[in-house]
Amino acid sequence: MLKFTDEHEWLKIEGDVATVGITAHAAEQLGDLVFVELPETGAALDKGATAATVESVKAASDVYCPLDGEIVETNQAIVDDPSLVNSDPQGAGWFFKLKLSDPSAVNALLDEAAYKELIA
Amino acid sequence: MDDHSPLKQTPLHALHVSLGARMVPFAGYDMPVQYPAGVMKEHLQTRSAAGLFDVSHMGQIILRPKSGKIEDAALALEKLVPVDVLGLAEGRQRYGLFTNDKGGILDDLMIANRGDHLFLVVNASCKDEDFAHLQKHLGETCELSLLDDRALIALQGPRAECVLAELWADIATMRFMDVAEADLHDVPCIISRSGYTGEDGFEISIPSASAEDVTRRILEHPDVMPIGLGARDSLRLEAGLCLYGNDIDTTTTPVEAGLEWAMQTARRAGGAREGGFPGADTILRQFAGGAGRRRVGLKPEGKAPVRGGAPLFADAEGKVPVGTVTSGGFGPSADHPVAMGYVDIAHTANGTQVFAEVRGKYLPVTVAALPFITPTYKR
Repeated sequence: MLKFTDEHEWLKIEGDVATVGITAHAAEQLGDLVFVELPETGAALDKGATAATVESVKAASDVYCPLDGEIVETNQAIVDDPSLVNSDPQGAGWFFKLKLSDPSAVNALLDEAAYKELIA
Repeated sequence: MDDHSPLKQTPLHALHVSLGARMVPFAGYDMPVQYPAGVMKEHLQTRSAAGLFDVSHMGQIILRPKSGKIEDAALALEKLVPVDVLGLAEGRQRYGLFTNDKGGILDDLMIANRGDHLFLVVNASCKDEDFAHLQKHLGETCELSLLDDRALIALQGPRAECVLAELWADIATMRFMDVAEADLHDVPCIISRSGYTGEDGFEISIPSASAEDVTRRILEHPDVMPIGLGARDSLRLEAGLCLYGNDIDTTTTPVEAGLEWAMQTARRAGGAREGGFPGADTILRQFAGGAGRRRVGLKPEGKAPVRGGAPLFADAEGKVPVGTVTSGGFGPSADHPVAMGYVDIAHTANGTQVFAEVRGKYLPVTVAALPFITPTYKR
């Protein structure tokens, strides 16, 4: 199941774990990324907390935790090569995997059609 | 700024929009921050071939001596800048600074001797204040005009000379900081061999009515790409050039900013026209004895960019403050983060390690020589 937030993140949900990244729209708006900082594995984050930081040539932006949960895995590949987020934002450019405190909370997120309408 | 005040447009606004630029408010103008290629490609294009910038938002000012003698305009302007204007030969340009009574910097500018008048280029955000300042102090000696009928573009990079030589063969005879008049596509232009990127290149003042036509034709050359404000900032930062409002302002003196080179011998202690500019006491005292702090290059040791405003400390715990970052980002040509800022004089030696506070962490940063690239000016 693929869900979106109005902060331009995508969540691919498998059981109680969500793989989280930023949308192609967000990646394009940010421009060429040169630095990514990811959360620590094991960190418990609340919805809306700063989970990651991305920097383009010009500016730094925060990536927020889309739901309450615990970070169970992070994608070192985008730390080593931030341009992966620009070239494949909804694939190899994923950020982290989040074990959801309340898997039913995903129902409140946007589906793909609603997200497309948001950025239209 | 008042969100409701309408943004001004340069004569090239429609061109930017047609090229797919992302437009942002800058100094009261709606300006291109990047084109579809993006900041990284635009930056590297400028260093490897040629990049075209719209800098029409900057102020172009003419100072015409009422006496008809250029020396009178030069001496009048010397009352406001610590620069040798009298010694500036016809057809030559030089960097300058307007100073205030405390020795702070009101703006930085380019000054050209155009034979019967001086031609100034000042920052967009300061141009109305600069013009009022000039009017107040030079109004008796000079006829002043802030031109509103000319665009200004910059063509920068190693291919800039070849591109323009197809329009005007004599351009190759110009040296760094020369200023000349020439027709480009039958339009009378004022061309200087200067810029804000660390590359060889030119700035071209064009009558507004013809600006889009001339610019489109230059952009047709396969070596040229349009470049937005984003890459303009990363290019000038790698080149170690100050951005007014970030790296220099009314609270920084020319000596603190490391801009002593902009004060020629004639205006220094013992020179033929020593002092005689606002803040001369402070500036000449600092010139002789040094200032308590100084602008330096800063190379973050890790991959994280360190941005303007980040506090600097002598220690990794953030206990002993030693300065502030004034500009910082990623240097696409340097291929690492680059920054500049002010540090206490004890920490200015190249190789000194300090720590920048970024998101609650203290990141190691090394004081480094500016610029971060090797300039290719054709001296």
